[in-house]
Amino acid sequence: MSAVAHAPAQGAALRARAWEVAAKVVDPEIPVLTIEDLGVLRDIKVEDGKLEVFITPTYSGCPAMFVIALNIEAALEDAGFGLPKITTVLSPAWSTDWLSDAGRAKLKAYGIAPPVGKAGRRALFGDETVACPRCGSGETERISEFGSTACKALWRCRVCAEPFDYFKCL
Amino acid sequence: MTDDRRQTTDNRSVGGGNGLPSPVVCPPSSVFEYTLRLADNALILGHRLSEWCGHAPVLEEDLALPNMALDLIGQARALYAYAAELEGEGRHEDALAYLRDAGDFRNVLLVEQPNGDFAVTMIRQLLFASYAHPHFEALAHSRDATLAAIAAKAAKEMAYHVRHCGEWTIRLGDGTEESHARAQAALDELWPFTGELFEVDATERALVEAGLAADSASLRPDWDRTIAEVLAQATLTRPRDAWMQSGGRAGRHSEHLGYILADMQFLQRAYPGAAW
Repeated sequence: MSAVAHAPAQGAALRARAWEVAAKVVDPEIPVLTIEDLGVLRDIKVEDGKLEVFITPTYSGCPAMFVIALNIEAALEDAGFGLPKITTVLSPAWSTDWLSDAGRAKLKAYGIAPPVGKAGRRALFGDETVACPRCGSGETERISEFGSTACKALWRCRVCAEPFDYFKCL
Repeated sequence: MTDDRRQTTDNRSVGGGNGLPSPVVCPPSSVFEYTLRLADNALILGHRLSEWCGHAPVLEEDLALPNMALDLIGQARALYAYAAELEGEGRHEDALAYLRDAGDFRNVLLVEQPNGDFAVTMIRQLLFASYAHPHFEALAHSRDATLAAIAAKAAKEMAYHVRHCGEWTIRLGDGTEESHARAQAALDELWPFTGELFEVDATERALVEAGLAADSASLRPDWDRTIAEVLAQATLTRPRDAWMQSGGRAGRHSEHLGYILADMQFLQRAYPGAAW
């Protein structure tokens, strides 16, 4: 077989190994979630042995994106892949629907209530029911629509009296 | 803002798939102009909200206001990066934000109005977000794949702004005598700046017809409904549609914009090319 015929197979293997490395990069603000859990890591392409990593922001102004891009570069370079090119893709727009089940379970264990239901157009002042990630009670109330990061809101449990973060449904 | 990473969109997934021929009706310069208008609205309002950082009346609002500012500045970055690409003259997004003078800014006058008291800021945000939300929802169907992608994300963010500021408007309007009076005064003061939101000039009309831009004029009923719903619950009176201010999109601004730029652009003017 010629070297040319081997190239696609080698490319696929390289991509798979690179994916494994990049997928382990975590969100700097929610370090229990990897960028794979979040759905921020969209694709990796290999051309002439060089990598191009495609990521998508959760929110337009998410300041974590810069750190995530740097960490992907560092992780791949440390693993011997050389410096990858990082490209931001905006379409399709990120949605909490992409958050993996494993990611939702990790969020809850970390004390952050995972997004409830499917993203979609909500009624202007409709109410949500969010279960407390500590005691599981549905007797909760929103303190603020905006929390410590763009993707979270502040809630409080009326049963165990603990305040908690809620990962907003987007 | 400096970031050398390229920002692109996946052109396969938006537009172009509706069986219609690709439109080449509008010159790139008019798409540039339209993109700049959207970007300037987002940047100037984002800057205004960021002025509240550390000054909000309660901690939750001190988080909420910069969060909303961050959404807007994020939208502005994506739009400026695209505008710079359309222009193709090697200007970076930072040059568009920091090295243009007031007369070159294309934002509507509403977004440059001073923060005033908390009621003015909340009602200004409600008036703008209730317009921007349906605007971006419509723009998400643009045949321009990049604008569609930016808009799809921005629409979701603006929905939160409508919700948050709507709730505050209700709380202030239907609150104490003092908060009601201040909310009504804020509404009366800002109302003359709302007419401009729905103006469609020749540039925008051509883009709307080519399926590239959202038709602001057609969004008026949607905006009216949202505002009516909030004002009714807030026990506030909708001001009369009398004389409306206009001119921001043509670069004719209030005196306030110059002060915003003096603050925002100082570093790049004093130390050209400064980066960290």
